[in-house]
Amino acid sequence: MTDAARPGTPDRGYSLPPSYLNAGTTLKSWLLTTDHKRIGLLYLASITVFFMIGGIAAAVMRTELMTPAGDLVSADTYNRLFTLHGVIMVWFFLIPAVPTTLGNFVLPLAIGARDVAFPRLNLFSWYLNIAGGSLALSALLLGGVDTGWTFYTPYSTLYSNSYVTLAAAGVFVAGFSSIATGLNFIVTVHTQRTEGMGWMRLPLFVWSIYATSIILVLATPALAIVLAMIVGERVFDLGLFDPRRGGDPILFQHIFWFYSHPAVYIMILPGMGVVTEVLTCFSRRKVFGYEAMVFAILGIAIFGFFVWGHHMFVSGQSTFASLIFSLLSFVIAVPSAIKVFNWSATLYGGHITFEASMLYALGFVGLFTMGGLTGLFLASIPIDVHVTDTYFIVAHFHYIMVGGMVSAFFAGLHFWWPKITGRMYSEGFARAAALLMFVGFNVTFFPQFILGFMGMPRRYWSYPPEFQILNLMSSFGAMILTLAYALPMIYFALSLWRGRMAGDNPWRATGLEWATASPPPRENFVQRPVVDRAPYDYHPAHGEPTEREDDPDREKRDDRPEDPA
Amino acid sequence: MSDAIWSRAGAHAESFDRLFTVLTGFSVLILLLVAGLIVGFSIRFRSGSKVTRHKVSRLIHREIEIGWIAATAIVALFFFWWTTSANLQQAAAPAGAMEIHIEAKQWMWKASHPDGTREISTLHVPAGQPVRLYLNSQDVIHSFFVPAFRLKQDVVPGRTATMWFRADRAGTYPLLCAEYCGTGHSRMLGEIVVMEPADFAAWLDSRPQGGGMIAAGRMLFTSVGCSGCHAPGSTVHAPDLDGLYGRQVPLADGRVVTADAAYIQDSILLPRRDIVAGYAPIMPDFADLLDEDEVAALVAYIRSLKGDAS
Ligand code: HEM
Ligand SMILES: [Cu+2]
Repeated sequence: MTDAARPGTPDRGYSLPPSYLNAGTTLKSWLLTTDHKRIGLLYLASITVFFMIGGIAAAVMRTELMTPAGDLVSADTYNRLFTLHGVIMVWFFLIPAVPTTLGNFVLPLAIGARDVAFPRLNLFSWYLNIAGGSLALSALLLGGVDTGWTFYTPYSTLYSNSYVTLAAAGVFVAGFSSIATGLNFIVTVHTQRTEGMGWMRLPLFVWSIYATSIILVLATPALAIVLAMIVGERVFDLGLFDPRRGGDPILFQHIFWFYSHPAVYIMILPGMGVVTEVLTCFSRRKVFGYEAMVFAILGIAIFGFFVWGHHMFVSGQSTFASLIFSLLSFVIAVPSAIKVFNWSATLYGGHITFEASMLYALGFVGLFTMGGLTGLFLASIPIDVHVTDTYFIVAHFHYIMVGGMVSAFFAGLHFWWPKITGRMYSEGFARAAALLMFVGFNVTFFPQFILGFMGMPRRYWSYPPEFQILNLMSSFGAMILTLAYALPMIYFALSLWRGRMAGDNPWRATGLEWATASPPPRENFVQRPVVDRAPYDYHPAHGEPTEREDDPDREKRDDRPEDPA
Repeated sequence: MSDAIWSRAGAHAESFDRLFTVLTGFSVLILLLVAGLIVGFSIRFRSGSKVTRHKVSRLIHREIEIGWIAATAIVALFFFWWTTSANLQQAAAPAGAMEIHIEAKQWMWKASHPDGTREISTLHVPAGQPVRLYLNSQDVIHSFFVPAFRLKQDVVPGRTATMWFRADRAGTYPLLCAEYCGTGHSRMLGEIVVMEPADFAAWLDSRPQGGGMIAAGRMLFTSVGCSGCHAPGSTVHAPDLDGLYGRQVPLADGRVVTADAAYIQDSILLPRRDIVAGYAPIMPDFADLLDEDEVAALVAYIRSLKGDAS
């Protein structure tokens, strides 16, 4: 394919090699690819499937909860549903979502690299992830798991009659996929940066993926160990968590949360990175306080390792330990607050436009703020004692993970979609979906804060009738949300064959990924770019920002799309 | 007819509601601030609007940043100090609390009163009197949750958890299990019936006596052989247990521990762990001989030896 065949590309003075999408079209060329961009798309396909499975489980749960009595499914089925929902959403959607799809696709481009440091390891990570997911799903097909995604002992080891071993093995395997991916990104950022790309010139998206990778590598082994202990206990009857034999059920919680609290930051940090790229681009502003943002990312990554005990305030942990964990939890609120304020300040003096991607990013800031503020409640010991293990917690983590992370994921997907596919989607539909998602989300999850305050425990299949009205609201919101999640699948799919050509840089963004063709060639850049300035160069250092220039090739792109050859 | 689940009763609930209200107010303010900034800037600086975009000098930039880092740090530390001190003030039960033993199992709550009275899934207590609970689980982790008291305590098998409350108002308050414990989790419900002290005394009198944990413990004390060494007249050199509960005990390795329920349980199950100063480590361990019910009964019995009679 030549330049002429790609309307909307500037005249480069050389002819382009074929795009990565055209470099081989057989199934084999996809399944054995070592191209970070194709691997990113493999992940995008697999996490979409997992997201749909997890979503269906949530829909059945919310339908069950419309009435106080447990009347739609049995108690055992309900317990299996929330376990399935949690396991799939946490390990097979949230944790891989941004790093393995957008991270894989964008990170090497954003640092001017030809690929990640270990392309074959990258492909292997995907297969490990699929293997882990298949094990976990086979546990579902055989009859399910009923321990909750937290696998608390001794319920999971001595009492549960479900496929705990198989599910734990699945998560165990997927953990190695995380570790390999994290390692790969760390080495990539260290060794593959192009000329001139110093550490303080890295886009914050790259910083956030880098920090996430460090957490992945350091924390995931703790998960692997504790899952191996569970399997050991169930299969070989080791007695590690059995108090009758000197074991300790609480030991499990310490190791589990030593992983799972940092894992919460694995889920949110990449989202923070995405949002920074989007907010700067659509306000035409340098990010406010670049250094502070970098240190906030690193601070969150480091402090995240020392707050696990705030999940255990009511476990019988010593008063002194609780006090320290409470203090550290308040401390970690500071870098999170810095990020929120700096995002807001970034808008100041900009020329702001409201593309769908920007709407998702603005929604992220608001919903993340809600999630973070309610985190202060949970860091306070006397308040946590009442609201922990109630729907307050369910609302809190959905605000962070769904309101925050999933919004950021959609912001990033809309932002980089033109780069990934070379096509534009329908902006109108996309904005409608973003607004619908924001409204649906709040209708679904805000009532749960009140439910939790009123005392409705989580993981309840039936509940006292006083709680029905708020539960009905929540279920109603879930219907709006389902619709909002279905919309992007439709307009993204349509864009693939009807969308107009995107051109290299439809948003006039500054990252290196925009300095190559859309979709990029297999080798990413024909000539590796050289970096001579700080990121977010939307305006001179202390000069005025300017309106986004019109895309000079816009007219050309509005022509009917290129015929699929 | 029970009170609303979220009705407010008890010593902890008041301070909880105060903290919760203030934190909510603060959060609403911050949320309004952030929303105000975002929406305000979005409108004012929307593309095409003609407002002048003032430059922000590097110095002001720095000042703004340092300002809000300092402000959030101070607010965070203030809330830490305030909520933690509220917690510490209420951590210890007041002296003279009534002591009740709770056994949790899939999927019910069993209570035993000091005089041996037992009840299932209901707990009667007098209003105005501090009550201290000792909680054990026979199987998995449960969590004793009374929303009206704003209190919750995980009950972990193999450990004795404690919590205390004082319900100031008579009423019937729902009790729920808050830690997922299997099929019947959402139906592991009960009630705390708070009665005026006179009504409570009458209720207690009307209940059949006997049985009960302390009586069971007294029998076990002889039948499994504790009394062989620990009875006052014994020839073996072993500590006398009368009045032991709550005392400071000096250990052979120089530590001093409080003889609480956990200490007594450990002494029965893991006697080598804490050797009392001045005694030989000759006590056999009873871990294989006793089940959890029996250990709990022995602990309850030893707790009841107040040291005034023998
Ligand atoms: C979009 C991404 C979502 C993610 C990543 C996610 C994640 C989670 C997680 C980790 C849990 C904890 C499971 C457990 O406690 O074992 C959970 C619970 C739950 N989620 Fe979601 N969720 C998502 C969306 C939704 C949606 C859209 C709904 C409602 C329609 C929903 C409804 C629920 C319910 C009802 C529970 C059970 C709460 C409980 O009883 O503990 N989730 N979710
Ligand atoms: Cu329970």
